Amino acid sequence: MGSIIDGSLWYFSLTVFVIGVVWNLVRIVFGKRKADFSIPRDSAVAGALRTLISRFIPDRHMLPRISLQVVAGYMFHLGLFVLLFFAAPHVRFLDEHILGFGWSPAPHWLFIVSAQFAFLGLIMLWLHRVINVVSRLISDRGDHIAAILTFVVMLTGCLALLETFNELRLLHRLSVELWLIYFPFSRLMHAFTFVPSRMFTGAWFGRRGVGS
Amino acid sequence: MSESLERGLNKLRSQIDPQVRSFFSTCVHCGICAETCLFFTETRDPRYTPIYKTEPLRKLWRQEYTFWGKLAGKLGITDPLTEQDLADWETLVYDGCSMCGRCSMVCPLGIDISKIIFKVKTGLATAGYSPKDLAETTQRAVDIGSPMGVKIGALQAQIKHIEDDINLKIPIDVEQADYMALLSSMEIMYFPEYISALAQIFNHAGVSWTLCSEAFEATNSGLQIGNTEVAGVLVERIVAGAEKLKVKNVISPECGHAYTAIRWEGPNFIGRPYSFKVVHILELLDELQQSGRLKLAGMETERLTFHDPCSIVRRGGIDSEPRNLLRSFTENFVEMTEHGTMNWCCGGGGGVNSNERAEPVKLQAFNRKKSQLDELDVETIVTSCSNCRLVIEEGLEANDMDINIVGLTEMLAEHLVDGTAH
Repeated sequence: MGSIIDGSLWYFSLTVFVIGVVWNLVRIVFGKRKADFSIPRDSAVAGALRTLISRFIPDRHMLPRISLQVVAGYMFHLGLFVLLFFAAPHVRFLDEHILGFGWSPAPHWLFIVSAQFAFLGLIMLWLHRVINVVSRLISDRGDHIAAILTFVVMLTGCLALLETFNELRLLHRLSVELWLIYFPFSRLMHAFTFVPSRMFTGAWFGRRGVGS
Repeated sequence: MSESLERGLNKLRSQIDPQVRSFFSTCVHCGICAETCLFFTETRDPRYTPIYKTEPLRKLWRQEYTFWGKLAGKLGITDPLTEQDLADWETLVYDGCSMCGRCSMVCPLGIDISKIIFKVKTGLATAGYSPKDLAETTQRAVDIGSPMGVKIGALQAQIKHIEDDINLKIPIDVEQADYMALLSSMEIMYFPEYISALAQIFNHAGVSWTLCSEAFEATNSGLQIGNTEVAGVLVERIVAGAEKLKVKNVISPECGHAYTAIRWEGPNFIGRPYSFKVVHILELLDELQQSGRLKLAGMETERLTFHDPCSIVRRGGIDSEPRNLLRSFTENFVEMTEHGTMNWCCGGGGGVNSNERAEPVKLQAFNRKKSQLDELDVETIVTSCSNCRLVIEEGLEANDMDINIVGLTEMLAEHLVDGTAH
């Protein structure tokens, strides 16, 4: 079983992930769109780039009303980013198995803080999803599966830190593989599609001379 | 499945383009958009959450464009869109959305929710699920040329009164004029002072302009109801009028959705670019002011604010122009806390004001504007959309608020050095 998880299932999940993500993005970016015959007031490209960046920062007047989603969202995403790309085992894995080069991993204290941020952020977002009347209404099965899968990946990742138990490492790797297979068919795709989404909207506003 | 439902579903299918696919793939259902929508903030009814209003299109996308939807279809466990779905979303989309687009400004993932809601409208309208009042005004616009049934005779009668009043000739059907002005029915019937102001300002600045007897109506009920074919027919009438008179520019009036219809969506409705330029009246006035062609005198001293019409400012980019103009003849202009592209809607856009059924929720939504006005304690509200003006007037009346509301063009005309009031 261990050899399947470390071998064929790993390559299969990675292939599904890469092909799925690229296919989705190609269909979105190169899909046929209707021409806009109106005369622009301003640059669509500048608008697209502006919105790509500006939406990282919430509107200051809106912030008090959406602070939970913003704070928990940033905690989760930043924490996960550090864990994914700067946790020592991940840096080593990327170096040895995928990229062929590595970089300095995060110090242990940063790893711990990031893990706490990521867990707390994800739990807060999920609780908000099930408790808040709006989020509960608009959420579907896919949202919950994505959240639970991500939580399992993070949890098994923490368990895998006990490197003396190979089974725990395999469990983490198996959960990552399931996550990778699920990714292109799920809401997890937002990790990539937020870029064309923001840029489409930014270009539209940009043509009209609206700073969005 | 009924024929009308099939037509509606086909229309919805035709709306699923790469943008929509990216938007639906991206939405993580965070619910942030709810807090941007005045129909939600003032009712706390979660069904008014903007992204929830797009559910019919999302459902169709999920079933026909996603792996899990297709798999469910193969297994026969799909939950298809029904007549009941369309009936339920008709009230949500037409009564509880003013197409203000505030949600599209705030979505952290950059989803233009307002645009998707319009696409939902096109499907609903095609399937016959639209408010009776809006359907009637749309039919009137097609049959008569105006949603309020205003014919050229009524306009000529108003023009006669105005000409007598200001002692200026209002040009009609003048060929090769630089500008052809459009009007909204509301301006003709309720706010003719706008026409009077145009005549005075253009006379003062020496602008070559005309009205067109065959194409004076700027409002576009097709856009409001979501019928793009009708919207195209109405735009074609303006294009034909402008081309017949060989004008260089067409002026969009103080009407939000009319600006969207003629300036931005019109060429796409008819599938080709225009042979003339479209400018909003505020753009033109600002240009005249900047080039020194407007000589103004006297300052408004009362405390006043500007209500940004969503379609003109947030969805139209005309943000600095009204402020430049206002600062040139007012001493006590104050901004609402959230203004410009982040203004709060009056609650009556997107056809809500023409939909009698939506009256209670529209008045409830107006509480957001009321709160903004209460904070400022102003004597006057200036705006540049006759629909906003009417909605705000009703809201002020309903809330017993003693605040004047005037159109910007009309206020500016009162400050011309040779204007009638000075």
